[in-house]
Amino acid sequence: MDLLEYQGKQLFARHGIPVPAGEPARTVDEAIAAANRIGYPCAVKAQVQVGGRGKLGGIKLASDEHQAREHAEAILGMDIKGLTVRELWIEGASQIEAEYYASFVFDRGAKAPLAMLSTRGGMDIEEVSTQTPEAIASLHIDPLLGFQPFHGRRLAFEAAVDADLVAPVGDFLARLYSAFVGEEATLVEVNPLIVTPERTLIALDAKVTLDGNSLYRHPDNAQLRDLSSEDPQERMAKERDLTYVKLDGNIGILGNGAGLVMSTLDVVAQHGGAPANFLDAGGGSKAEAITAAVEVITWDPGVKAVLFNIFGGITRCDEVARGLIAAFEQIKPTIPFVVRLDGTNGEEGRALLAAAALPNVHAASTMDEAAALVVELAK
Amino acid sequence: MSVIVDRETRLCVSGITGREGRFHTLNNRAYGTNVVSGVTPGKGGQDVEGIPVFNTFRAAREQTQANTAMIFVPPPFAADSILEAADAGIATIIAITEGIPAHDELRVYTHLRRAPAVRLIGPNCPGVLSPGKVNVGIIPAAFFREGNVGVVSRSGTLTYQVGHELAQRGFGNSSIVGIGGDPVPGSSFVDIIDLFEADPETELIVMSGEIGGDAEEVAAVHIAAHISKPVVAYIAGFTAPPGKTMGHAGAIVSGSKGTAAAKAEALEAAGVRVAKTPTQVAEIAVELLGG
Repeated sequence: MDLLEYQGKQLFARHGIPVPAGEPARTVDEAIAAANRIGYPCAVKAQVQVGGRGKLGGIKLASDEHQAREHAEAILGMDIKGLTVRELWIEGASQIEAEYYASFVFDRGAKAPLAMLSTRGGMDIEEVSTQTPEAIASLHIDPLLGFQPFHGRRLAFEAAVDADLVAPVGDFLARLYSAFVGEEATLVEVNPLIVTPERTLIALDAKVTLDGNSLYRHPDNAQLRDLSSEDPQERMAKERDLTYVKLDGNIGILGNGAGLVMSTLDVVAQHGGAPANFLDAGGGSKAEAITAAVEVITWDPGVKAVLFNIFGGITRCDEVARGLIAAFEQIKPTIPFVVRLDGTNGEEGRALLAAAALPNVHAASTMDEAAALVVELAK
Repeated sequence: MSVIVDRETRLCVSGITGREGRFHTLNNRAYGTNVVSGVTPGKGGQDVEGIPVFNTFRAAREQTQANTAMIFVPPPFAADSILEAADAGIATIIAITEGIPAHDELRVYTHLRRAPAVRLIGPNCPGVLSPGKVNVGIIPAAFFREGNVGVVSRSGTLTYQVGHELAQRGFGNSSIVGIGGDPVPGSSFVDIIDLFEADPETELIVMSGEIGGDAEEVAAVHIAAHISKPVVAYIAGFTAPPGKTMGHAGAIVSGSKGTAAAKAEALEAAGVRVAKTPTQVAEIAVELLGG
């Protein structure tokens, strides 16, 4: 789960990481009230999860209430790389003497947290890492040992931070690691980590990704939402306990098991089709889950045909057939369905479907045949 | 022969008294698996259809000589249960549970790597089936028979699909190993491919990968250097958009990393035949082994 900047900063603050004082706002009036409380000059920042929002006009400085209103009106509702700005973060303007970069990332390959520090923050860090990788100091942390003071010193000296900042940078990194582990993040990134004229460190931005599997232990974090990137269909699927990802095409896809669904998307694409979604009805799909899935898929008017690809393991094909029949009774879809049922109780499932003679439902016996047919029907 | 589970397997199930745990334990026993005990704290002394239940793994191992554990408890308890089984001296631990927090997995992985006598398969995996002998987990065994193709996969149902395609071409399996769809699996492709390389019954290795991480790329390098048996690969997720988790916690393209195309390319560069569809896996198997 990716957090917005302000959500990340609020989470940082819980771990003693210095962040500028600020308040979120969803309307122009809220923004002005916040700006007046914080004082001027202040920054009006678009809350969307894309890089480069500053260059696109999503971050503005306001020196008085009039400017705060002007900026809030301009930025709220603005489109930034396809996302509509629905929230602002108003924060006190900071004076910047230098811009550093600091992060911890869950390194799957090394199976350990990777710490990174650079004095060349502020710009595109990926550019720095490809062009001058020596400008980024990095090391892996033993997850059973945790972040030690020597880790901080080594990173600070190797990144060549100013001598007076070696200890404060080490302290900052220790707090950032405590946020990474304590909140069960897979990424905490601060860019820029600024040095003020008073020689203090402040996290001026925050990029945080939380592990979705850990949210049951963090009820506060589980409540966090990003209005700008929330898709109504994805929310609908979530409420029904289905794993759903929206895609750009016009062929609705349902399968059981993540790997099989990914494979189904690929085979449909190989036949020249464009999948409209990823939908995993789960390993042990019951009839109700199938009905809910049909509801979610057909809610999108752009979907022209639907493919059901089921290989029953724990899932029983007769259950899937019953679910589909129930869905047709309730939802009465008008678009064509291609159904491939194989595996546990496959014969029973196919017989149930044949007997029900649902309108515009086509049976296919293999995955390839099913994909070819659904692509044809979606044309 | 087979890998990981065989007729020597003496299975103890953590979560045997739960609905799912009980159902699959009894299925495994009906297939021929020697299920010797179960563990549910607080229910020691009870039994599940004659299988004795213990409060701790230590007691279960001491009294029933269990050498393999299957973990079926919900995510909040699963990491602890894996560590308990390892601490009790159980050498093979197969974790079915989906949804274990990533930081828990990281600590478990790091700890177990320092106790190299313990092998963890999963979590978030369908288990291990050695057809004709033993089934530990949730793989629908009826679709598979004994044979010479070893299968290792990150996904459950996709494994069944690939195995089914192979079965229709007349192939059987030495073992089918689900390593799981999480970011920090206890065993990697490399670990399992090495076991198949050493297994005299296995003549062809099929690996089924998916987007996310670099396990397939690492396996490609290892295969080129160390594996003499033919390997066929299949990768799912060519159409997955970056930044979206596709069902499995580990199935995510991060920026330009972990794409299906990069994995297929790495494997082909290592001399591995890469199938475009599950059906094609079986076609290549026919080419390599004869129909």
